[in-house]
Amino acid sequence: MSNDWPLFEVFIRSRSGLEHKHVGSVHAADARMAIEHARDVYTRRQEGVSLWVVPSSQITASDPAEAEALFEPARDKVYRHPTFYDIPDEVKNL
Amino acid sequence: MSDVSAAVRAAALPADQVRYVLHLADTSLVLGQQLGAWVGHAPALEEDLGLANIALDLIGQARLLLTYAGELEGRGRDEDALAFQRDAPEFANLTLAEQPNADFGHTIVRQWLIDGWQLEIYGALTTSADLRLAAIAAKALKETRYHYRFSSGWLVRLGDGTADSHHRMQRALDDLWRFTGELFAPDALELRLSAAGIAPRLGELAAAWSARIDEELKAATLARPPPQPFPWHGKAGVHSEHLSHLLAEMQQLPRAYPGARW
Repeated sequence: MSNDWPLFEVFIRSRSGLEHKHVGSVHAADARMAIEHARDVYTRRQEGVSLWVVPSSQITASDPAEAEALFEPARDKVYRHPTFYDIPDEVKNL
Repeated sequence: MSDVSAAVRAAALPADQVRYVLHLADTSLVLGQQLGAWVGHAPALEEDLGLANIALDLIGQARLLLTYAGELEGRGRDEDALAFQRDAPEFANLTLAEQPNADFGHTIVRQWLIDGWQLEIYGALTTSADLRLAAIAAKALKETRYHYRFSSGWLVRLGDGTADSHHRMQRALDDLWRFTGELFAPDALELRLSAAGIAPRLGELAAAWSARIDEELKAATLARPPPQPFPWHGKAGVHSEHLSHLLAEMQQLPRAYPGARW
């Protein structure tokens, strides 16, 4: 039966103030059922306080064949990492 | 209730209260045991987990209630003794809860009817004069709201689905409706406890349950069967044949190996 149901990607906010993170996917007939399935599959151990589900078909992914063109040009630009600054001890969470 | 003297309350209560708490506990325990049989067999992996989650909620409710019943009784019986060492005539669950899983449609209709009943019962018990019962009800009510969301969702989805699913849901409703007469028919014990402010007045809850049922049936395009007289009195210990089979399976191991741990 679940083969007939479309796939939804599941995102969980683990606690207030944090962002939703992708945790996996569920099959469901519609968004309401997807929320229930995500709740039953992914929040059984108090993993979250909020759920998003998104139809997998609505996600546009980058093409793995283009990975070199997209991501490798950043490899030799270490100056983009802010590692050349001395960070004062008083500054937390930078 | 201020119009009931403490003396009357104390005289009427202990045995009634034990029996009433067992009625709530056994309904959850038996229904949870039934749902557990779906594990590995549900129509989809996600539904398998969903039904198991509900089963675990119900067994959790039963554990709290059985423990409390054992304390009220004062004979040293704990939750395990009450769950595994009683025979069918001592069980006080709703007869509806022990009806077989049959197909997914029967399981959903049975669940939905009892979820709706528990919504009313637990909701009313949150203001019970029995504070321990009120606290257990408050916890169970949150769980029950999700159970109702789950079961009513499937009721509407399948009732208002294909011709086959509609037919099977209507058949399940027609099969199980005869057990609903018991849900809101108070017996003498419940009348005594409601007069003492401990149990809800069932007659006052029936209308809310009925309205909720009608609303959902309309969305599901299912026809409400006519009221039927009921010869079942599960809460008085008079059960259908199914409970003995269920208990035989549930109690076999602890009875064969007393004190077994795993």
